Amino acid sequence: MLRPFHCLRATLGIVTLSAVAACTSVSGQSDNTVLRIVPGADLAILDPYWTTATVSQDHGYMIYDTLFGMTADGRIQPQMVDRYDTSADGKTWTFILRDGLEFHDGQPVTSEDVVASLQRWGQRDTTGQTLLASVAGWDVVDARTFRIRLNAPYGLVLQSLGKPGANVPFIMPKRVAATPADRQISEYTGSGPFIFKQDEWKPGEKVVYVKNPRYVPRADPATGTAGGKIVRVNRVEWIIITDPQTQANALAMGEVDYIEMPAFELYRTLKRNPDIQMLELNALGGQNVLRFNHLEPPFDNVKVRRAAMAALNQEMFLQAQVGIPGLSRPCFSVYPCNTPYTTTAGMDDLAHPNPRRARELLAESGYSGMPIVLLHPTDSTSIVKLPPVAAQLLRQAGFTVDLQPMNWKSVVARRARKTGWNIFITNTPGVSMASPIDSYPLGGGCDKAWFGWPCDAELERLKDEFVRAADEGERKAVAELIQLRAMEVVTYVPLGDYANPVAARKNVTGLLPGPQTMVLWNVAKE
Amino acid sequence: MTSVLTFFARRLAATAGVLAIVAVLIFLLLRLVPGDPAAIIAGDSATVEQIEQIRDGLGLNRPLVVQFGIWIANVMRGDLGESFVLKKTVAGLIAQRLEPTVALALSTILFAVLIAVPLGVLAAWRHGGWVDRALMGFSTLGFSIPVFVLGYLLIWLVSMKLGWLPVQGYRRLSTGVLPFVLHLILPSLTLSVVYIALIARLTRAAVSQALTEDFVRTARAKGLRERRVLVRHAVANAAVPIVTVVGIGLAMLMGGVVVTESVFSIPGLGRLTVDAVLARDFPVIQGVVLLFSVVYVLINLLVDLSYPFFDPRIRV
Repeated sequence: MLRPFHCLRATLGIVTLSAVAACTSVSGQSDNTVLRIVPGADLAILDPYWTTATVSQDHGYMIYDTLFGMTADGRIQPQMVDRYDTSADGKTWTFILRDGLEFHDGQPVTSEDVVASLQRWGQRDTTGQTLLASVAGWDVVDARTFRIRLNAPYGLVLQSLGKPGANVPFIMPKRVAATPADRQISEYTGSGPFIFKQDEWKPGEKVVYVKNPRYVPRADPATGTAGGKIVRVNRVEWIIITDPQTQANALAMGEVDYIEMPAFELYRTLKRNPDIQMLELNALGGQNVLRFNHLEPPFDNVKVRRAAMAALNQEMFLQAQVGIPGLSRPCFSVYPCNTPYTTTAGMDDLAHPNPRRARELLAESGYSGMPIVLLHPTDSTSIVKLPPVAAQLLRQAGFTVDLQPMNWKSVVARRARKTGWNIFITNTPGVSMASPIDSYPLGGGCDKAWFGWPCDAELERLKDEFVRAADEGERKAVAELIQLRAMEVVTYVPLGDYANPVAARKNVTGLLPGPQTMVLWNVAKE
Repeated sequence: MTSVLTFFARRLAATAGVLAIVAVLIFLLLRLVPGDPAAIIAGDSATVEQIEQIRDGLGLNRPLVVQFGIWIANVMRGDLGESFVLKKTVAGLIAQRLEPTVALALSTILFAVLIAVPLGVLAAWRHGGWVDRALMGFSTLGFSIPVFVLGYLLIWLVSMKLGWLPVQGYRRLSTGVLPFVLHLILPSLTLSVVYIALIARLTRAAVSQALTEDFVRTARAKGLRERRVLVRHAVANAAVPIVTVVGIGLAMLMGGVVVTESVFSIPGLGRLTVDAVLARDFPVIQGVVLLFSVVYVLINLLVDLSYPFFDPRIRV
C-alpha cells in the first residue's frame, strides 16, 4: 500500500509529465506538417473581389489559382493557362487552359468558369474595369479554350490578368462567380493549392487551410505567384495575434513559425535570436503616401499643395517610421524604386526639400493660415509615426496644423467623407503602385478617383494613352509623362519606400521572394 | 419561497425595461458616432462608388427608423442579426467567444477568492502584524501595476525563461483539460492580482469590523475556540460585502478584459467588442452590449438572492 506522501509524489509526477506532453503538443514544435503563420491582419472578408484588403488577397492566393502569375522579378507568365495567342491586329486574344485543372470539389475548371470569374472581377477591380471597358465580347470556344475580343488593342491584357495586387483576378466556379458583384460570395471553392476549412474558421482566432490533393502544379519552378505551386505541408494555420510583442514571444518559443509583418521596433530583438531568420521576401516593399483632400481649402489650390510638397522630407519620415539602416530608402518616383517605370522626372521639389522655399511658395499661394486637419492613426504601427513628422515639417513651412489622433479605421471612415479633413497618410504595397493603371493615388478622375478626389482630365487622358501604348518602350515614356503631370498638379506626395521583412523560425525553408509576402506553397518545416 | 419568486419576477421585469433602454441607446449612439462601416469594409484602395454600393447592400441608406424597426423585430424573435464584416451570425460569433471569456472570468475570480479571502481574514485577525502590513503593501502594488506590465513580466519569467507555460493562445475545454488549464493559468493569474488586492482589503476591513462586534466578544467569553469564532462568527458576518464585490468583479470580467486578451491572445468577448467597434460592425456591437447588460443584471440578481444564505437576517 502506498503511503499518502508517495501517492502525492506519484500524482505530481503524472501531472508534470502530462504538462510537458501538453506543452509540446501545444507549441506544435514536433509537428512538421503544420505551418503556423501570424498574418499581418485578421481575415474578415473572404471574397477577394469584394475588398482590397491585402489579407483577403492572401487568402485568395491560398485557395484560388490565377490565369497568369508574376515571377519574383516582375514578369507575367502563364499559370492556369497552358498557351495563348493574339491576333495580328491585337484585338483578339485566345487562351487555352492547362489540362487537368480541377476545383476542390472535383469539378473540372472550364472556360465558362473563367469567363464568369473575369466578368465579376471586372465589376469590382479598377484595372478590371479598364480592361472590360475595352472588351467587345467573350467567346467560350470549348471547355478549355476561351477568347476575349477587344474593341481596340489593349497593351495590358496579360498584366491585368496576372496582377498580384488587389483585386487579383482569381478563378472561381461559375456558380460562385454568378454572385452579384455587390454581394459577397458565400462558397469558397477554388482550384488553388490549399483548401479553406470553413468549419474551423474562427474570426479573431484562427484560419485553417489544408493541402489540396487534386492540385496539379506546373512543372516549372515556383517563383513569385507563378510556377509550380508545390505544397510541402499538410496544413497551414493562420493564428491571429494582434499584439506585436506577443507575436515575437510566440515565435521565439516556437508556438508559431512565421510572422508576416513583425513590428519594426522588434526587428533587432528578433534578428539577434539564433533560432529566427529575417527575410525580405517582398521585393517591392511598401510605399508611404501623403494624400491631400483636393476638394477642401486650402489644398484645392495647387500652389498650396506645391508648398506642402516642398516642405516634406522623405529621409525624416523613413527615419521615424523604420529607423533601421537598409530597410528603407528615399524614392523620388511615384513608382516604387527599381521597378520598370521608375523615374525621377518632375521630382525636384521632393528630392530637395527646402523649408525656406516652402514658406515662399506658401506666401505666394495666398494661404490664409486656416488650420489644416491631419488625420493621425495611433493604432497603426506602420503609419503612427508619420503624421507627427508631417505636422512638424508643415508647421515649419508656415502651415497651421491640427493633428487629430484616432484609430486607423476611423481614418478610413473619415477620409471617405468629402469634408472635414485635409491630409491623411497611408502606406501601400509596392506592387499596387508599380504601374499607372494599378496605382490608385495616381488618378485624376474627380468623383471616381481615390479619396481626395483630384480632378485632372490630362492625367486621365495620359492613363488612357498608357493602356493603348503599342509596346513597353512607349508605355515607359507615357508613364514618365504621367508622373510629370501628377507632380505638376500634386495629386499626392510619395514619402519613401520601405521593406518589412518577415520573421520565421530557422527550420522553415522554401520561403519564396515575390510581389506578395504570403506565398505559402513551396514552404516546408524541417 | 413565494417572496423569493415575486422578487425574482419583479427583477426580471425590470431587466426587460433595462434592456429596452439599452437597445435604443446603443442603436442611436452607434449611428451618431462618426464612422462608416462600408468605408472600413471596402478597404484601402476602394472608390467612393464601391463604398456606396456596400453601404446600400448593408441597408445603411434606409431611414434610421426603418433600420431600428428591422433590428428590434429580429431581436424580439431571438435573432441578433449578421455581422456586417464577417457575414456570420452575431449569436454564433458571441457563442464562439463566450467560452474563453467565461473560463477566464471564472478562473480569475476563483484564484482571487481562494487567495484573497484567507489573506484578508488572516490580516484582520493579526491586525497590525507583519501579515497585515505585507497584505497592505501587496494590495497597493496590485492596484498600481498595470495589467499589461504584469502580463509581460509573467510571460517573460514563466514562459520564456522557465518554459513552464505557453506564451499565448487559448485551448478549448473540448481539446483536453490539461491544455485548457495550462493556457489559462498565466492570464488568470495576471488578471486576478488586482482582484486579490481588492477582495483581500475588503475582507480585511469587513472581518476587522466584525471582530469588534459584541457577538464576537460574547463568543470568546463563552470559551469558543478562536478558529470557530473567526470562521463561524466574524467571517460569516463579513460575507455580504465580500460576495457583493466578488459579484461585481465577475460581472466586470464577463464584460471582457481587452488588454489581457490582447497580451495573451485570447479570443474572448472583449476583443470581439473592440474589433467590432473599430470596424463599426453595428450588429455585433449591439449584440454584445445587450449580452453584457443581461449578464450584469443577472449577476447582480444572483448576488442579491445569495444575501439571505450568508446572512439569514436579510429577507428579499
